[in-house]
Amino acid sequence: MEPLKLHFDVSGSDFTCAGEASGNIKKALKEIGFSAALTRNVAIAVYEGEINMVIHGGGGQIDVEITPECISIVLADQGPGIPDIALAMQEGYSTAPENVRQLGFGAGMGLPNIKKYTDEMIIESEVGKGTTIRLKVFPQ
Amino acid sequence: MTVEQLKNNLGLTYLCGESAAAEKEIEGCYCGDLLSWVMSRAEPGNVWLTVMGNINSIGVAVLADISCIILTENSVLDADAKARAQEQGVVILTTAENSYQLAAKISKLI
Ligand SMILES: Nc1ncnc2c1ncn2[C@@H]1O[C@H](COP(=O)(O)OP(=O)(O)OP(=O)(O)O)[C@@H](O)[C@H]1O
Ligand SMILES: [Mg+2]
Repeated sequence: MEPLKLHFDVSGSDFTCAGEASGNIKKALKEIGFSAALTRNVAIAVYEGEINMVIHGGGGQIDVEITPECISIVLADQGPGIPDIALAMQEGYSTAPENVRQLGFGAGMGLPNIKKYTDEMIIESEVGKGTTIRLKVFPQ
Repeated sequence: MTVEQLKNNLGLTYLCGESAAAEKEIEGCYCGDLLSWVMSRAEPGNVWLTVMGNINSIGVAVLADISCIILTENSVLDADAKARAQEQGVVILTTAENSYQLAAKISKLI
């Protein structure tokens, strides 16, 4: 079977759009017939990545490939990059500015959530060039 | 218990999504204002008590399969958040009580 491919461009400044890609991915997975639990896990992981792109990454692109065996997601931005990935992965670590903290972000739980809700997570990041996060979820 | 029954029991007020409230089943409750914390810890079907009435709360409620949002202490629901909630069929209620007071009542009901 040909994989189903989805592509989304994420704006770097518009909070009102954030959640659009994850919402659409959730809808697609539900329609295909994946379980509610799997659909929710993938949606949460993509949402955290999408929001990070808006807040920290200056916007980017999300590509999804769906087969019955594997859901693969690539989140790429051309933002400032992450200098210390191990530190960024720690629960509670956040550089979110005050204005986005007031909206409820900045708990430093986004990247740990992505790890929690996916089977595979690889972060590639170069300071000044950008960040790419590759995720895999295996439905079985 | 449905969201509508909870609303009637506690004397809450609808801000939007009223028409979906009779179909939404409640399973447990979660209190929190940090969005990715809520994403991580809330469970499907939870009632979510928060003071965060901005558009991002709506995204969280939809993605995390929250049964309804209750804005405590009369917190404000932004206009764009309300529009998004209506579009997505998210039920939002409001109360003057704080999250502790309301959660204590909810725990006796469900
Ligand atoms: N795409 C990105 N580009 C640059 N830095 C990033 C990116 N994603 C995450 N970071 C860095 O990693 C830190 C931790 O990210 P994480 O998502 O865990 O927390 P947060 O976004 O700060 O808060 P929360 O997600 O809980 O609202 C961020 O504060 C930021 O410094
Ligand atoms: Mg984050």
